[in-house]
Amino acid sequence: MSKYLSKLTIPLLAVMLGLIAGSIIMLISGYDPIAGYGVMLDGIIGEQYYIGESLRTIITYVLAGLAVAFAFRTGLFNIGVEGQLIVGWLAAVWVGVAFELPKFIHLPLAIVAGALAGALWAFIPGYLKAKFRVHEVIVSIMLNYTALYVTNYLINDILTDKKDRTERIADSASLSSPFLQSLTDYSRLHWGIVIAIICIIIMWFILEKTKMGFELKAVGFNQHASEYAGMSVNKNIILSMVISGVFAGLAGVMEGLGTFGYAAIKGGFTGMGFDGIAVALLGANTAIGVALAAILFGGLKAGALNMPLQIGIPSEIVDIIIALIIFFVAASYFIRWLAQRFNQKGVK
Amino acid sequence: MEYVIEMLNIRKEFPGIVANDNVTLQLKKGEIHALLGENGAGKSTLMNVLFGLYQPEQGEIRVKGKPVHITSPNVANDLGIGMVHQHFMLVDPFTVTENIILGKEPANAGKINLKDASKKVRELSVKYHLSVDPDAKIADISVGMQQRVEILKTLYRGADILIFDEPTAVLTPQEIKELIAIMKALIKEGKSIILITHKLKEIMEVCDRVTVIRKGRGIDTLDVRDTNPNELASLMVGRDVVFKTEKIEAKPTDIVLEVKNIEVKDSRGISAVKNLSLSVRAGEIIGIAGVDGNGQSELIEALTGLRKISAGTIKLNGKELQNQRPRKVTESGVGHIPEDRHKHGLVLDYSIGENIVLQTYYQEPYSKKGVLNSKKIFEKARKIIKEYDVRTPSEYTPARSLSGGNQQKAIIGREVDRNPDLLIAAQPTRGLDVGAIEFIHKRLIEQRDTGKAILLISFELDEIMNVSDKIAVIYEGEIVAIVDPKKATEQELGLLMAGSKRAEAGDKSNV
Repeated sequence: MSKYLSKLTIPLLAVMLGLIAGSIIMLISGYDPIAGYGVMLDGIIGEQYYIGESLRTIITYVLAGLAVAFAFRTGLFNIGVEGQLIVGWLAAVWVGVAFELPKFIHLPLAIVAGALAGALWAFIPGYLKAKFRVHEVIVSIMLNYTALYVTNYLINDILTDKKDRTERIADSASLSSPFLQSLTDYSRLHWGIVIAIICIIIMWFILEKTKMGFELKAVGFNQHASEYAGMSVNKNIILSMVISGVFAGLAGVMEGLGTFGYAAIKGGFTGMGFDGIAVALLGANTAIGVALAAILFGGLKAGALNMPLQIGIPSEIVDIIIALIIFFVAASYFIRWLAQRFNQKGVK
Repeated sequence: MEYVIEMLNIRKEFPGIVANDNVTLQLKKGEIHALLGENGAGKSTLMNVLFGLYQPEQGEIRVKGKPVHITSPNVANDLGIGMVHQHFMLVDPFTVTENIILGKEPANAGKINLKDASKKVRELSVKYHLSVDPDAKIADISVGMQQRVEILKTLYRGADILIFDEPTAVLTPQEIKELIAIMKALIKEGKSIILITHKLKEIMEVCDRVTVIRKGRGIDTLDVRDTNPNELASLMVGRDVVFKTEKIEAKPTDIVLEVKNIEVKDSRGISAVKNLSLSVRAGEIIGIAGVDGNGQSELIEALTGLRKISAGTIKLNGKELQNQRPRKVTESGVGHIPEDRHKHGLVLDYSIGENIVLQTYYQEPYSKKGVLNSKKIFEKARKIIKEYDVRTPSEYTPARSLSGGNQQKAIIGREVDRNPDLLIAAQPTRGLDVGAIEFIHKRLIEQRDTGKAILLISFELDEIMNVSDKIAVIYEGEIVAIVDPKKATEQELGLLMAGSKRAEAGDKSNV
């Protein structure tokens, strides 16, 4: 029990320190931190609509976080979640726009298309690492840009005639849910929440309960011993990236089929894939940890929207607070030291 | 005679364990004092207390009669205590001098005076017969030389009391001789030395007195003159230890492993094993003796499927097995105790239980349709932990937190339990203490007696002579002689391993 408690202490302390530092910044900038956080909290859970929107944001963070965490657990750093998310988004929308099929075929087909696109995009760095020992970080960073510009081109020149967004997907491919919307005062909350929960369970199951997870983690920890024990190191590197890419692609599906219902030309990255790194880090790369961290991140991001509207605090302040939380998590060594000092003083 | 260091009734606890309990160690001026104990007995903890890395819960430390509080290594340095670490703390691209002054750079307005430092290092080197070149780069000098740099580092900082942490573990026999001479020279110059070791031979050779600790407790302090290796071993382990492993005559039967004219290239593409032939029968132990780097590693890797062979054949029970994947080799009936247990033998971050099924996790009953059966896995682990006396808090403990001996027992348990026809044991006792070595040798012989073929590769001549039924000497990737351990002497083997007497090598093919 105490083991789990100490696992939670550091992220919680990091969040607290981040919030404190954030209030200092608000004070310096001339805003009232108590009112600021009040408005933020209001923007997260103050109204049914806000709850719906917060949940919707959380869904994408869960999947992006799982993608990064899965790769981390198997010894790889998938910094290309952003790009995999973008291609997943477009692939799902493409299928959603191009076909007219009954819902029970069309929707799964569009979801699978998005997942596969993400997987394919992640397969490339995985394959290059396995075959030529090219570092996955470099390849996947470059593939982020490739994804961004390729999808922009496809939207602009292939899918539409020089328009900046695709048509809306057919209703039969949409994740949006009148039922969930009516529950949350017509927010954009969609059925993706079910997919996110399933994915959390799948990640936990694969890593903790299956033979595949046993191999993936072993290869991540010690390639030599894994090879000696008869596992195929290269196969597992590729597999790890592909599964990570599936999660990332699904994160894109959530945006394409759930939130927006179309894909638009992007001037820059969505940022959600990169935030996934922070979510994974904060969640200690476990399935349940990622879920909790995504709730925090999604909540902060959604609540932040309320701050400029109600009392004029720029939403950048929230970005700073989030950045500070990440900073404190990354500096967990410092926090551990702090916690130790605290404990020692308590004893004496 | 006065004591330069007194550690009186030291107690050090870590969460859940008592690492040192009521240990007393008194070091006289000008003596070499051995600190003897099994792996995990608490030797390093005690020395880390002396060196200021840990604070004791109870007990007193006195330096030259005065009670002191050593709160950090810097305080220890100021008191004249220096530590020569087992794992060297050196910066490879730096020169000897740069390494020695690191942290205590003689600077003038921010500019380091390397010339003076280098001169001082040279003087020290000459005074203690260390023959170290102050301007050589660490990366370019031998391991033995690097150790002398560590010694110089402590001397440069003005140490009078030197702690040597298992200094011979990394040295060749020649270097060990030189180190012993250096230690004697240091004593002559008035220094005092604490030698941490579990090698009884060294204690008998160089030490004046010895303090034995066992399971964290101080057992006794003896004059080396009044004791003998047998007494020390039983004090250390807590029971009588047999050095010469008892074994009945081997009864070899069918050929299990047959290696014919194989060639294996190393990572640089150079032939490390050339035209090597060898066979091992059921019920016998073949020991491969040789100096490190004569193709042993490549040979093992080829036999276990980790490396491809470029010529020849490897047959197991008559079936060809060369250039197969490791899994195929394992499934064909080969067990392998790897040379480097941390690199190849264990996933250190996995629990002991998970490590025990590292090669069998995919088979029933450990997994079914791709889903692991934790219950069966840890049941198996408990069985092996019990049978092989692996000392671990539980089967869920990460392999990393076990001592080397217990890690090795777990690996041996795992390999033997798979019931292989051929067991390849590479350096199975490296870094282990006498108790664990005895245990492992017994198990190997036990396996032989149940009709397994065993190939033992070791750099320790004692081990090879003790355990093997036949010795194959490897030199530059070839088997140069087959000898009978009952007839051969160490000198003879040593000469063969060094490449002489090659022409007289026996008939290689009828091994």
